[in-house]
Amino acid sequence: MNEFFTLMKPELLIMAILFLLLFIKISKGLANDKLLQFIQVLLLVNFVAGFFLNAEGKLFDSMYQTNAMIILQKNILNLGMFFISLLFTDWFRKCEHLSEFFMLMLSALLGMFYMMSSGNLLMFYLSLELATIPVAAMSNFNLDKKVSSEAAIKMILSSAFSSGILLFGISLLYGATGTLSFAEMPALLTSSPLQILAFVCLFTAFAFKMSVVPFHFWTADVYEGSPVVVTSFLSVISKGAIAFVFVSTLFKVFQPLHDIWYNMIMVLSVMTMLIGNLFALRQQNIKRFLAFSSIAQVGFILVGMSSNSTQGTASIIYFICIYIFSNLAAFGVADLISFFTGKENIDDYKGLYQTNPLLSWVLALSLFSLAGIPPTAGFFGKLFLLSAGATTGNYIFIGIAAVNMIISLYYYLRIIRAVFMDKNETPVEKISINPYTKIGLYICSAGIVLIGLLSWVYDYIEGVVN
Amino acid sequence: MNLLLLILIPLLTAVAVFMMQNNNQVRWIAFFGSAIQLILSLGLYVVYTNARNHGDTAQMLFEQNMPLFKSWNINLHLGVDGISVAMIMLTAFVVVAGVLMSWKMEKMTKEFYFLLILLSMGAYGFFISLDLFVLFFFLEIAVIPKYLLIGVWGSGKKEYSANKLALMLMTGSALVLVGMFILYFGGGKSFDILQLAQTTIPTWTQHICFPLLFVGFGVFTALFPFHTWVPDGHSSAPTAGSMFLAGISMKLGGYGCLRVATYLLPEGAKEYANIILLLSAIAILYGAFATMMQKDLKYINAYSSISHCGFVLLGIGMLTKVAITGAIMQMVSHGLMTALFFAVIGIIYERTHTRQVNEMGGLLKVMPFTITLLFIVGLCSLGLPGLSGFVAEMTVFVGSWENPDTFHRIVTVAGCMSIVVTAVYILRAIGKTAMGPLKEEYNNLSDAAWHEKLATIILLVGIIAIGVAPFWLNDLVSPGAELIMQKIQMAK
Repeated sequence: MNEFFTLMKPELLIMAILFLLLFIKISKGLANDKLLQFIQVLLLVNFVAGFFLNAEGKLFDSMYQTNAMIILQKNILNLGMFFISLLFTDWFRKCEHLSEFFMLMLSALLGMFYMMSSGNLLMFYLSLELATIPVAAMSNFNLDKKVSSEAAIKMILSSAFSSGILLFGISLLYGATGTLSFAEMPALLTSSPLQILAFVCLFTAFAFKMSVVPFHFWTADVYEGSPVVVTSFLSVISKGAIAFVFVSTLFKVFQPLHDIWYNMIMVLSVMTMLIGNLFALRQQNIKRFLAFSSIAQVGFILVGMSSNSTQGTASIIYFICIYIFSNLAAFGVADLISFFTGKENIDDYKGLYQTNPLLSWVLALSLFSLAGIPPTAGFFGKLFLLSAGATTGNYIFIGIAAVNMIISLYYYLRIIRAVFMDKNETPVEKISINPYTKIGLYICSAGIVLIGLLSWVYDYIEGVVN
Repeated sequence: MNLLLLILIPLLTAVAVFMMQNNNQVRWIAFFGSAIQLILSLGLYVVYTNARNHGDTAQMLFEQNMPLFKSWNINLHLGVDGISVAMIMLTAFVVVAGVLMSWKMEKMTKEFYFLLILLSMGAYGFFISLDLFVLFFFLEIAVIPKYLLIGVWGSGKKEYSANKLALMLMTGSALVLVGMFILYFGGGKSFDILQLAQTTIPTWTQHICFPLLFVGFGVFTALFPFHTWVPDGHSSAPTAGSMFLAGISMKLGGYGCLRVATYLLPEGAKEYANIILLLSAIAILYGAFATMMQKDLKYINAYSSISHCGFVLLGIGMLTKVAITGAIMQMVSHGLMTALFFAVIGIIYERTHTRQVNEMGGLLKVMPFTITLLFIVGLCSLGLPGLSGFVAEMTVFVGSWENPDTFHRIVTVAGCMSIVVTAVYILRAIGKTAMGPLKEEYNNLSDAAWHEKLATIILLVGIIAIGVAPFWLNDLVSPGAELIMQKIQMAK
């Protein structure tokens, strides 16, 4: 019983917060302001608690497993959750159903945690659904906007479709190997055609959730229609969780099929980087822009994934850790501007520096980090992904990735140019940032500057992965 | 001497600048920071020559090696030889002058100085690092400040120029990145320059790697045909920005070509030497002839920079000790000279509000100090003995002549011919600016202010110090060139 509590601690903590929110809701106790503060404290406690009393092991006949790496990944996602609760304070305060929103978000996170810890395909499928359905409901939270409902419908329909493919893959795989357990799977994989078909189905489902090209069509519309909070949750937390699971599944469970998935990953990676970049070039809406740029980022994650080594895993965890800081900071700024002025076009950002220097610097830092410019952490993140990819000796692939970094720089610089250089008669007026958001932005900026320079962070992650 | 200081002082200066509220404080802090850095780099020269005179024969002095990313074997490995000391002194001179030249900058002063100092930190870090990864890190640090300096504080079609510069330089560094990875995995999983120099790198790796690295760094130093960012970038940048671009940033490329590409991959260098020579000869002549057609003072200097930087690559491509020494001296000389040229152009432009040669005339009467400097720097540019340009270009030519075959002779002669063209455009530009009847609206122009005088004199001291007594610089850099030559001679 004791083992149950220590091993499943992250999930139990999230569940405790969920139930606490439920009780508060039922007893009609708190106003939005107070409730939000309470949630922020709870999430901070949750994040800090993630570092203590950890253990490795398996539960329920290997249905559930955990180890140091999984705990680290969960901690990173917890940190992202805490940032979200800080950065979008203004939106949360205005939100009519705040406790419901957080309950949905936390259930999705709970699903992701179980997904990361799952040791069995059925468990994996169940938790994936738990991680998806609440997000669809969250997409609909801009109740007065039509696009929001459209986004929700798109999200739920397309995820249902991908779940169908996933289930199909799982059943084929069960038919071909006779097991659903991750631990027993590798020994039974023989690259027979049926197994490969099953694997491709599974792979498709992952690619879909990570919005890898050509399974990315839902991304831009859902990102644009949903509230910014949901967009950032989708593009950071959800994508991070899927990437973690994808890596460990590929590297551990499907290791015998390495020759097959290496080529798949490489082709998809090039396509994802290229198409994400090319579409991002022409976007006018900042949310769509960030959506396509985050598709391109997935392409870079795939470069690291092609390495098939512990360095690959470590560099992906490192990258996502950095990505949380930089992307959330960018979304935080975009949300502030869209919340107070309703402006979401890149042209509206012209002259932002004249009125909002703090926001401009944070935005610039986060975009430089996303583009991989030193001294921001994104530089190290991207570089380690590329060098992990280079371990296979496929330098042409790395060259293509490097070229894509230049293309992405072009469109990130477009925003920098609008913010710092272009003149505007009616720039965004001065926005008074509330202290919580400010703290969030400061922490994110500090993280962007410091994570890369503090080189022990990477060594720590690499140590945990080994 | 602790080399880390060379990075930390600019960093602290930049942070301090960012904290200040009042423009005056910002200026003085930036000035003191860069002045300390200048004193430090002069001190570095003294300490370095002292150590050499006392018989310290280690390849690199003041080495420090701290592990950074253990799992990738990336270390913060710092150290200097004569070449780096020369480049560090050049950087320090140009930075102080640049800070002084921007004294009257009123638009977002704090941000301007912050970026300026950050840029200089990138350059210092680049010149002292002996680890490819760290070197690359500092190389890229120096790009984005340039983008912002041009885009925000520039003039003319600044956004276009800034974008072009950032994208071209980043493409160059992407090539460097790929070359660096190939070198890392082909050379025993190490980014350390000294270690890589000891390991034997397979011939095919050298043949693949060398063009990547050389072209990558070459973009920074206006290697033909990747020079197109130079005229736009230089002419759109604010005065200090142009000084930094031409004086420091283009030297990052030359130093990289020499220290990384040629030193680590001697076989590759031999294989491609003729192509380098051809490209640099084209750059020298093309740059010179293109300058003849320019009417704008900044464009004149920018195109002539392409021509002059061609000599750097020509010297490297000749693969003789004297020519390589000359290439390094040309880097230092051109850095000082072109920074001074841009400073003088900046002073003139601030008063006349035009850079068109045709619209000026007779300025010698109202601005004697500035125009005298213009004469001196122009003569330096066309290679008058007694100034640094002559010494450097002469060394390159003498070194080039050591190659006896016809191809090398033709290239050398072609390079020499550009000097005639240089004389034509320089004398014409200066003549039109300084001589002739003075326009009425220019009657009341004032001469250079104290900060401008100080800035230009600092640079002038450097130019004359090299021109009159070139031996100290020669003695400083030639042991480094000798080592590079040894590697080349040992290669197949």
